[in-house]
Amino acid sequence: MMTFLIVAAVVLVIAILYLIFRIGNLVGVVKGKEGDAVSAMNNTNAWLFMLFLVAGLSVFFWYSFTYFADYTLPVASEHGVVTDGLFWTTMWITVGSFTIIFIGLFWFTFKYRYDKNRKASFFADNHYLELTWTIVPAIVLTLLIFKGLTAWTDITGPAKDDAVVIELVAQQFAWTSRYPGVKDGQLGKNNYQMIDAANEFGIDLSDKNSFDDFKSLELHLPKGREVLLKIRAKDVLHSVFLPHFRVKMDAVPGIHTTFKFTPTKSTNDMRAETGNSNFNYEMACTEICGKGHFSMKFPVYVHDSYEDYVAWMTQQESWLKQNPDYLKRVPAELREVAMIKAGLPLESVAAPQVTQTSN
Amino acid sequence: MATIDIDIKSAQSHDSHEHDHEHEHHEGNFWTNYIFSQDHKVIAKQFLITGMFWALIGGVLSVIFRLQLGFPEANLEWLRPVLGGWITPEGKIDAEFYLALVTMHGTIMVFFVLTAGLSGTFSNFLIPLQIGARDMASGFMNMLSYWFFFLSSVVMLSSLFLSTGPAGGGWTVYPPLSALPQAIQGSGLGMTLWLVSMALFIVSTLLGGINYITTIINMRTQGMSFTKMPLTVWAFFFTAIIGLLSFPVLFGAALLLIFDRSFGTSFFLSDIYIGGEALPNVGGSPILFQHLFWFLGHPEVYIVLLPALGITSEIIATNSRKPIFGYKAMVGSMLFIAILSFVVWAHHMFVTGMNPFLGSIFTLLTLIIAVPSAVKIFNYVTTLWRGNIKFTAAMLFSIGLVSFFLTGGITGIFLGNSAVDIQLHDTYFVVAHFHLVMGSASFFGMIAGVYHWFPKMFGRMMDERLGTIHFWLTFVGVYLVFFPMHYIGIAGFPRRYYSWTSFETFSGFADLNMLVSVAAILTLSAQFLFLFNFIYSIFRGRLAPANPWNSNTLEWTTPRFPQHGNWPGAIPTVYRWPYDYSKPGAKEDFIPQHIPYSETPESNLPHENEQIKLEGVVVKPSSGHH
Repeated sequence: MMTFLIVAAVVLVIAILYLIFRIGNLVGVVKGKEGDAVSAMNNTNAWLFMLFLVAGLSVFFWYSFTYFADYTLPVASEHGVVTDGLFWTTMWITVGSFTIIFIGLFWFTFKYRYDKNRKASFFADNHYLELTWTIVPAIVLTLLIFKGLTAWTDITGPAKDDAVVIELVAQQFAWTSRYPGVKDGQLGKNNYQMIDAANEFGIDLSDKNSFDDFKSLELHLPKGREVLLKIRAKDVLHSVFLPHFRVKMDAVPGIHTTFKFTPTKSTNDMRAETGNSNFNYEMACTEICGKGHFSMKFPVYVHDSYEDYVAWMTQQESWLKQNPDYLKRVPAELREVAMIKAGLPLESVAAPQVTQTSN
Repeated sequence: MATIDIDIKSAQSHDSHEHDHEHEHHEGNFWTNYIFSQDHKVIAKQFLITGMFWALIGGVLSVIFRLQLGFPEANLEWLRPVLGGWITPEGKIDAEFYLALVTMHGTIMVFFVLTAGLSGTFSNFLIPLQIGARDMASGFMNMLSYWFFFLSSVVMLSSLFLSTGPAGGGWTVYPPLSALPQAIQGSGLGMTLWLVSMALFIVSTLLGGINYITTIINMRTQGMSFTKMPLTVWAFFFTAIIGLLSFPVLFGAALLLIFDRSFGTSFFLSDIYIGGEALPNVGGSPILFQHLFWFLGHPEVYIVLLPALGITSEIIATNSRKPIFGYKAMVGSMLFIAILSFVVWAHHMFVTGMNPFLGSIFTLLTLIIAVPSAVKIFNYVTTLWRGNIKFTAAMLFSIGLVSFFLTGGITGIFLGNSAVDIQLHDTYFVVAHFHLVMGSASFFGMIAGVYHWFPKMFGRMMDERLGTIHFWLTFVGVYLVFFPMHYIGIAGFPRRYYSWTSFETFSGFADLNMLVSVAAILTLSAQFLFLFNFIYSIFRGRLAPANPWNSNTLEWTTPRFPQHGNWPGAIPTVYRWPYDYSKPGAKEDFIPQHIPYSETPESNLPHENEQIKLEGVVVKPSSGHH
């Protein structure tokens, strides 16, 4: 019954609107306005454009200044300061030219609205004008390109030798990170064929660098030290996005991508800066990857110093220690090394085998 | 209500309409005249109406996902009768169906509405009429072009009704997501149908494009040299060439993707572990697909935009009663844009793992394209300057286009700069950018074209008051939808997110998102005014004079209802460019292209008086161009 009433009401409203439209039409026919060159609405439209111009620009500038803090994220990386600077330089240049052209567009629209006593001017071209607005944008763009490419080359250049290396692995719909252990500081090899339920990284246990690698379900970064992210994906495309650090790089199955950056503010610094004691950095996925795309969050923690970071690292259990069953996959001659590096007690199950093979 | 038809005029016109039908009848039957017609005007209308149908579907899909984004708490149980199982037991849109909605919205709008609906309609309708030809070079191929599009539409539409849903990997269908049904349901049959539909679509585009190019090169009427062509025709010409060169690449990409999906090849797949097993594919590259896709995808932006720019150049000149400013610069900038459109594609891929050196090259090339675009904007604004502007509905939408082209174009300078793009890539800033500069601008071009050429299409006028209301609601609506997205994007909100609640960083802007959604609903509703106006005016609109806008181009020299062949007698000869508006000394404020200089001694410029001598001489139209 309710549905019927709603449908009936909608039909009635549409019918009334149609009637009004029809009557308006007929009145127009009777009045014989057809011969007029331009309808009375011409002036209304011109004024509406002025209203739009003034209201539009006012709201734009008012919102942009009033809510500045709401739509800008604090920046927490070295290169982020550079790209933000370029962003705001571009913003000033473009908003400046936008405002001028916008005003010109709507002011001319208003000022030169139809007047039957005036004739438009026959102004078909002017080479100086056209050259000016070809060359001026070209010069401005050249400057922006130059600044942009300088920044881009720095950002994408090779990482320092002492950069902290961290591997990020994406899968539907979660992130994991793998750290090289403190003993060798090198990430072990991996192979997607070796992935199984426990060995989610596909760690190749024939590589001795893998023995002390450890897994973390939170991205830990040192403040003030260059970090090199090695990024890969197991199933489909994903993308690492660290909004506060101005970092974004796709995770692609089959290739390793990288991104290097230097965090400049620890989590504690940010808590102080934002006045939010619960502040936490977050990492998101920005490449469509399926149903759970929107929920691929990875917590991020930035230590106050490199020493803090190393202290945290030394506390972590190696992956192999957490999964001692995988010792079987370690070539026999390397098992002792593996156990030492992984931090496994030598008297465990595998110990006799080790002594045997070392004979 | 239909009974209160006391409008004598409309009754009369009805008679004449019937009469016209009889005229057509002796040439063929209903099927050959209206369904399998080879008349470019009928084919144009077929493209237009199919395009409008798709625009409605695409718009409704966007409103459904805007409901989720603007009102994440709302219970959408009431949509169950339509969406069925895609509404979860909690009354929410299914997260995977959300992605399907986004994907289909993009695919439909970019290809079916703004490529077929815009270029298909107006290239077909205007090329023969404006260059003075009786029809397209091949009417049969032209007909095939529409029917391939129709077939493609049927296939794509049917994918909406699959139980596993339509394709859901984004309109860019990046593999491996689009290649693996285990990754997302939509990559099953839905993706197969997407690929089949696109293959048919590309065939349609190529058949159309070859025809447009051939017709423009070979079939211009006497006197219609390239330099006398209206900017619309120039735009369609460049568009067709871009399409002809880039669509086959998408065809190749689609074909390889089909192989990867169905025949076990590894063009785009490598090292994948999914669903508890490692796939055998090795050696492929997902980035290769992105290169192939964007090799079409970026030129596609201009395939969509150039016709709209051509249409508005024509409308703005006509309604400012002024020559378009810088005709040669307009043609030159379109040519430059068309060329550059092929060497900027990888700016979509700065952070995909592509070699960063490539990123540098593509930043450079991409930002260069801002120069011809800026020239076009300045030329539009200068055309308005000291004009005598009539705000017809078509003119309003054309001014709207310039406004969107400016607003959305300027953000391209951020995104084209690779260093700045790192942060903005795949955020709402990108969504705002391309919806304004390409989506809304082209859409406004299409609507402007319908208002402007409706009288020639259907012999009647659309209602200008409804058109004005339609414009203001849509113009303000579009800004309210897309402008706030810049802020949301600068704040880092990623696109294609079903919800942002998992993240503290993206927890704000519930207010702006709600505003955007409300504005989207209002903007879509306003389109029904247009739909009503369109259908009503076909049957009951005021009878159109032959040249209602006092325009200069050749289509307005045809009768009210041009028959197959367009001109009842000889095709008019062209003597002048199409922009002789408000020429000093002239009696009227327009001099159509077919008026010889010898008839207008009072307004001729010195070099034009020289032309009079040549006017008597019969020149073979295309002799100068072979």
